[in-house]
Amino acid sequence: MNTLFEASSFTGYVYPNETIIPWTLLIVVYPYLTGLVAGAFTISSLYQVFGFQQLRPVAHFALLISLCCMLVVPIPLLLHLGHPERAFNAMITPHTTSAFAAFGYAAAFYVLLLILETWFVFRPQIVQQAQQRSGLLGWYYRILSLGSYDVSDKAMSYDRKWIFALAIIGIPGAHGLHGYVGFVFGSLKSREWWSSDLMPAIFLFSAIISGTALVIVLYVISCKLRKVQVDLPCLTVMAYALWGFMMFTLLLEGVEFASLVYRGREGTEIILEYVKGPLVVPFFILQFGIGSVLPLLLITFMIWRGISGKALVAVVTGSAVLVLLAVLMMRYNVVIGGQEISKTGKGLLAYHPPIIDREGVLAAGMVLVMPFILLLGMVWLFSPWEEETASGHAKAH
Amino acid sequence: MAEDAQLQKHERERRDFLSCLGSAIACGAAAAAASAVAPAVTATAATAATTGGPAPAIPGYDWSKHSWAFGVDATKCIGCLRCVEACKKENDVAPDAHHFRTWVERYVYLEGEEKPRVDSQHDPVNIAASGSESEYRFANRYKDAKVEKAFFVPKLCNHCTHPACVQVCPTGATYKTADGVVLIDHTYCIGCQYCVQACPYGARLFDERKGVTDKCTWCYHRITKGLLPACVEICPVGARVFGDRNDKQSVISQFIQNNRVHVLRPETGNAPNVFYVGTDKDVL
Repeated sequence: MNTLFEASSFTGYVYPNETIIPWTLLIVVYPYLTGLVAGAFTISSLYQVFGFQQLRPVAHFALLISLCCMLVVPIPLLLHLGHPERAFNAMITPHTTSAFAAFGYAAAFYVLLLILETWFVFRPQIVQQAQQRSGLLGWYYRILSLGSYDVSDKAMSYDRKWIFALAIIGIPGAHGLHGYVGFVFGSLKSREWWSSDLMPAIFLFSAIISGTALVIVLYVISCKLRKVQVDLPCLTVMAYALWGFMMFTLLLEGVEFASLVYRGREGTEIILEYVKGPLVVPFFILQFGIGSVLPLLLITFMIWRGISGKALVAVVTGSAVLVLLAVLMMRYNVVIGGQEISKTGKGLLAYHPPIIDREGVLAAGMVLVMPFILLLGMVWLFSPWEEETASGHAKAH
Repeated sequence: MAEDAQLQKHERERRDFLSCLGSAIACGAAAAAASAVAPAVTATAATAATTGGPAPAIPGYDWSKHSWAFGVDATKCIGCLRCVEACKKENDVAPDAHHFRTWVERYVYLEGEEKPRVDSQHDPVNIAASGSESEYRFANRYKDAKVEKAFFVPKLCNHCTHPACVQVCPTGATYKTADGVVLIDHTYCIGCQYCVQACPYGARLFDERKGVTDKCTWCYHRITKGLLPACVEICPVGARVFGDRNDKQSVISQFIQNNRVHVLRPETGNAPNVFYVGTDKDVL
């Protein structure tokens, strides 16, 4: 029996069925990934829709990041299900009162939108490769071109309209999808730690900062790998975006926590016991201190002193890495934290994730790595770097 | 055995549903040519509308004629936990300290302490006393303390009128029957455990052996044959009562009529159908 589940130890009184934590690491990874999708898409849209020209060097790359993360989003959910082969039951017979019933449709719609926008964005490259390459890859690009080799000015203008429209639809799509994930947690009245009207907004803003941070880190890494200069104006705009959205995120989280404590409803005592005890390291030190306040101070210092060059790259990249850690901790503290506080309001559970398990550390880590493996392949197939597009194609030629 | 019966019931329900669906489609087509068959279609649709699905094919049982409810008289409970063991055996619940369709809580107020000390049969001290995770008893852990007040409270699924678990189920695998029972179709559940999260009473459990969620059914396979739930039948002191609220002379109707009953966590809006007598302000 013990191989089937991992029971948690507890203090105080918890309901007998609570000793096995229902939603574990994979459900921490799932909102983290949807957040990265929404955040990376935001960066892409700031260029495509709102005309932030400074973001041009990363706009297409951010779109690929968003797509790669989104393609992996269903995997943690499927791995978590007791019967993954029945997953489509939620789409065949969606239960309309369920906050989760529309997820399949929302995710499928958004994946299609991302694929379509990516196709339009990379169509000139696909057409060029289809015409120049031979062999298996040539076939691949020819199939992907869908038989349309028209890259005339008129066709490009038509494509741009589509990209603009898809990016506009994608903004509420991406943010709606992630706000929706916040609603899945926030709408549950059974857990005081989750039950908050602010949960969707907190999820959304933390999503934007995590996606922005990921684009920053991957862009800087890609520059190092490609041995090209980091575009400093681009990095600075992303750092400003990170700073601004972080202020919102911290404010919302602060207001939510203050409301919870100030209202002092039944169960608040045990929450405070939890916050002052097991949550000190993961929340106050990792998520709030090292992950949020420190990068905020670093970027503020950068803006104040107007630093540039390598120092700018180091400060912004370092801050972005810390933000990625903070948001992962935020997901952990919300998902696992909510379940470590017993529904009885009289006890606390201590969850220790197993290393090797269907929902263990290794499985969750592998799921987290998957988008980056996909991204490697995607970047190889569709180069998002303007300066390389021409030379890459010249090589193929 | 009970699980098999339930699976067979669900299978029958599914067949009946498909049969009804087929009939409805056939009738619908025929109705275009002859309006005489229209009442038959209306009748099927009406049944589905009032119950949320087709009635189960249980011989001699009409679920529209019953309104089941459960009563707990905490003043009578002696904490013998025979109900827990009976439930486990009757419903093939995993024989360990982490899966329960029903359980008993012990509330002990010690002298000088404002809040009660609460435990249940799954507490490590109680498991150590029984010597096994599949046998249950309350350890005599307060024998040297000065106890001001103590009582036991049996717990189980509340079969709420507005069940949060049914609301959140993404597939509709868990549903409310016309006779007031909340059931799970184990052949349709995807095992997402959203319902486990949504239940404020901790009444739902996840059966890792089958990959589905499980909970108390008030022994639906028994009550539809005129029997009592296993826990009610085995209780030696009558702390658990069960019956049909449509029958004003039933045990449960009399229990509700003759006592000042209350339900657990009324503020959730779930409107439970397990009625309690003799608990205390600290019971959640």
